Amino acid sequence: MADRESGIGARVLRKEDKRFLVGRGRYMDDINRPRQVYAVFVRSQVAHGTLKGLDSGAALETDGVIAVLTGEDVAADGLGSLPCGWTIHSKDGAEMKTPAHPALAIGKVRYVGEPVAVVIGETLEAARDGAELVELDIDELPPVTDVVAALEQGAPGIHDDVPGNECYHWGLGDEEAVDKAIDAAHHVTRLELRNNRLAPNAMETRAAIGEYDPVDGMYTLHVNSQNPHLHRLVLAAFVELAPEHKLRVISPDVGGGFGSKIFIYSEETVCAWAARRVGRPVKWTATRSEAFLADAHGRDHASTAELALDKEGNFLALRVRTKANMGAYLSTFAAAVPTWLYGTLLAGQYKTPAVHVEVRAVFTNTSPVDAYRGAGRPEAAFLLERIVEKAAREIGMDPAELRRRNLIPKDAFPYQTPVALVYDTGDYEASLDKALDMADYAGFAARRAESEARGMKRGIGLSCYIEACGLAPSQLAGELGAGIGLFESAEIRVNATGGVKVFTGTQSTGQGHETTFAQLVADRLGLDMDEVEIVHGDTDRVQYGLGTYGSRSLSVGGSAIHMATEKIVEKARKIAAHMMETTADDVDFTQGLFTAKGTNKSMHFKEVAFSAYVPHNYPLDELEPGLHESAYYDPENFTYPAGTHICEVEVDPETGVVDILAFTAVDDFGRIINPTIVEGQVHGGVAQGIGQAMLEHCIYDDESGQLVTGSYMDYAMPRADDLPDFTLAFTETPCTHNPLGAKGCGEAGAIGSTPALINAITSAIGHENIAMPATPLAVWRAMRGAE
Amino acid sequence: MDIPARLPDPRKREKKMYRFEYHKATSLEDAASKRSTADDATYLAGGMTLIPTLKQRLASHSDLIDLAGIDGLAGISVDGAVVTIGAMTCHAEVAASAALRDAIPALADLAGLIADPAVRNRGTIGGSLANSDPAADYPAAVLGLGATIVTDKREIAADDYFLDLFETALEEGEIITAIKFPVPKRAAYEKFPNPASRYAIVGVFVAETEGGVRVAVTGAGPCAFRVSDMEAALAGNFAPDAVAGITVSADDLNQDLHASAAYRASLVTTMAKRAVAKAAG
Ligand SMILES: Cc1cc2nc3c(=O)[nH]c(=O)nc-3n(C[C@H](O)[C@H](O)[C@H](O)COP(=O)(O)OP(=O)(O)OC[C@H]3O[C@@H](n4cnc5c(N)ncnc54)[C@H](O)[C@@H]3O)c2cc1C
Repeated sequence: MADRESGIGARVLRKEDKRFLVGRGRYMDDINRPRQVYAVFVRSQVAHGTLKGLDSGAALETDGVIAVLTGEDVAADGLGSLPCGWTIHSKDGAEMKTPAHPALAIGKVRYVGEPVAVVIGETLEAARDGAELVELDIDELPPVTDVVAALEQGAPGIHDDVPGNECYHWGLGDEEAVDKAIDAAHHVTRLELRNNRLAPNAMETRAAIGEYDPVDGMYTLHVNSQNPHLHRLVLAAFVELAPEHKLRVISPDVGGGFGSKIFIYSEETVCAWAARRVGRPVKWTATRSEAFLADAHGRDHASTAELALDKEGNFLALRVRTKANMGAYLSTFAAAVPTWLYGTLLAGQYKTPAVHVEVRAVFTNTSPVDAYRGAGRPEAAFLLERIVEKAAREIGMDPAELRRRNLIPKDAFPYQTPVALVYDTGDYEASLDKALDMADYAGFAARRAESEARGMKRGIGLSCYIEACGLAPSQLAGELGAGIGLFESAEIRVNATGGVKVFTGTQSTGQGHETTFAQLVADRLGLDMDEVEIVHGDTDRVQYGLGTYGSRSLSVGGSAIHMATEKIVEKARKIAAHMMETTADDVDFTQGLFTAKGTNKSMHFKEVAFSAYVPHNYPLDELEPGLHESAYYDPENFTYPAGTHICEVEVDPETGVVDILAFTAVDDFGRIINPTIVEGQVHGGVAQGIGQAMLEHCIYDDESGQLVTGSYMDYAMPRADDLPDFTLAFTETPCTHNPLGAKGCGEAGAIGSTPALINAITSAIGHENIAMPATPLAVWRAMRGAE
Repeated sequence: MDIPARLPDPRKREKKMYRFEYHKATSLEDAASKRSTADDATYLAGGMTLIPTLKQRLASHSDLIDLAGIDGLAGISVDGAVVTIGAMTCHAEVAASAALRDAIPALADLAGLIADPAVRNRGTIGGSLANSDPAADYPAAVLGLGATIVTDKREIAADDYFLDLFETALEEGEIITAIKFPVPKRAAYEKFPNPASRYAIVGVFVAETEGGVRVAVTGAGPCAFRVSDMEAALAGNFAPDAVAGITVSADDLNQDLHASAAYRASLVTTMAKRAVAKAAG
């Protein structure tokens, strides 16, 4: 419990909410620059074709149209391809295929929605009018959108330099051991499944304003980014727009990201570049239709799995074969998602001695696929928790008992899994027990009988998920193919007369960083929440950073803030020692007060801060004036949040409608700074996981390659009335290797919930073959076999 | 560098539609004459269907003629056995009307199931019926109650009104002014919403009226239709069991990614059964 109202562990209300709730947030739509012009992208309407020509004549004659720029113009200015920041090597040692990804298409179009040209107008209408008049001359080619079909013999080839559309064929684990164990096993459970493709659907669509100042050659890019420094790095080093010191990236309040705003896309690249071409600030805001077509999508796997068990139900081996859809081009982190963020999680919470996974990454005529809340880990948890559930049903063992039997025991940590990771700590059984208790698992049979009496089918489903987050140890990431480091930076400036500014390289997209981080610092320095201001989202103000994704903001960014705060305390302690005429070792610091041990002398932190800036009585021979520190924190390991989710549903056999009656989540996020914020993250994550399980699906038409679910008329997002009340609780095994003991909570809800819900539905209908999303139609069909 | 003199005003909301002329009609005659003299005009009611299509540039019109300024087109009146709802009455008003809730609660319930509060406060019954979306809710009630569509030219019986996909008996330029609903003995509506759009995948309106039992289905076919087998069965026995075994043929039903024709056919039976139970209960 918190010892202060705003201390660590306290339910502090979110500082940022006032401005969000009264409409005073500052999002991209609130930002407009003097003399700004508007960009509208001309996008390919066909999924696959040879781009023979482009006629911009009529567009250029449109009133108010300033310019029409194409891929050739981009290339002529020497801009490079949009890179993939992670390199994967295939089983045979070959480097993955990285076809060119031009900001505007050159020579070929490869998915519906691919940007081909940009029309810049004095007004948005002028640009739109102009864009409608740009004529693309495209020779259509047959498309392939399905991940399995794209690998088949004779499938249309998407990139000339990628034979068979295969980007890489990666493997991890001991194949021989797995083969042997499966061949000899008492029982083998087999499962074939798809992980459905999702559109990220942040509430605020992507947007950008590029600016160029010809006087000092400085570019400024406003973009709703999850990682402004990464935008700067990629645009400088890879795209070669401008050197880093000539490029400032500003990310204001960001209305949701879920991964989709990590990536460096064509549109912001073009806005920044075009600003120089036209000599005016260039603004682009995605329409919702564009968001569906051109945001990087998530998931889209086709997998088979086999789980070998002995007579007692001990897991012996797991074999997984996955085909992962990359879309038409490799997005910024695409290659890492179905490999190091997926294959490494297939041991789950279990002591399965042998796991082997192979992943074939595949190009298709669809929007690029990249990290989406959970990124790889939901796919792993879904596959594993589905096959474990199925195995329990096949061998007739209670699914909770089968899991319990196979859990890594709490005294086995640190635990080396057969798929590369070392879990630092955990107590999986504690979460399982607590969840079973809270969900009244024991009383399920009676509740099922009651439902049956009403003609309804009741089911219960578990998932014991684990994930690896807190991305990431830089050296390990480098060994695994990352092109960047993954530390985090923080800077703390204590003012002379009051207040502290904390600069962090992470970026809130709504998670409440301004509160959580302020709580950390205020708690340590003995200040009020209001005396601590968090600054993020500007490469000219924040010294460095790698941004927010992979639930890293607290465990990595917060740890950097913690380190900087400790440096502040240590310097202040020395100043206080000098002023109290003692040594630093003899000065205690609690609740904002420095006290000289064994005396009645004390000084408040604020007095010390004042002295640092008005150093009249100050150890100038030992210390520089000022109270300002920075820190870089590079984690030793990933963090491993884990927990048990239990879902109970009732299915209406007449309609296939699934009613979620109860949802219990017991999560271990290590130490929790603000339970209200953490619960909010779990709520949101679970809602997204339920969305994936029951509602959401990006569907491309096989023949035309058109996105069928390109609006909310057909793409179903979870709404409040689709969701039950959530029953949440936490267990706590503090992370052993970061100073906060924190593990990260942003993605867990979306990882654990999906399999729990599908397991509940399959339990209710007594039928394993249900595709996601389990819409009423899908459930109805599954209950009837084929129609 | 060439710096244009004219600066866009960033505070101005960005317009996205094609250009059109906006007129506010003062009377039915004024509306009709404005429409007939314009190039390619259309009426504007709540705008909940029309404006999104304009914004997405899926449609363009030279002129929009707003019906909102015409007196007497909005409001609900109950006169003994007939409820009259003005064409410009919004869904929220229909849902909240105490007089209607007394007379035909099923109709008020139906209006409350349309879309969301924002749409219900703009969208109108006249707009919904003029548009005749195959998945709209009102058509089920209009056909299920055997209502009469009143226009500026004539009265059209519900049975003659819905012709095909987005096709009604309205002539070019004809304006719906009101809908007259006979008060039934009992009635109920059951809607199976599309998980994404929340329009009706299938909606069944069942009513026992002076003229007999009527069962009308929306969402399932190209436009609302009646199920005579169910009507006959219910005439003998107004109970869920009476329709439980009656299915409509899937042959002519709609198919999309949310519902196959067979699934829709099955939902027609299920929703009919539930509507009867509700009406009887
Ligand atoms: C998000 C959303 C969800 C929705 N969900 C549902 C739902 O669940 N169920 C449902 O039934 N509907 C739904 N709708 C449609 C909604 O009910 C619309 O309001 C309705 O279909 C059209 O009514 P309107 O007054 O907005 O008409 P408008 O959009 O103004 O007009 C529609 C058409 O009708 C013509 N028109 C309008 N009034 C008249 C008149 N009096 N005489 C002749 N022609 C006329 C117009 O010229 C135009 O062509 C939804 C709409 C939205 C935006």
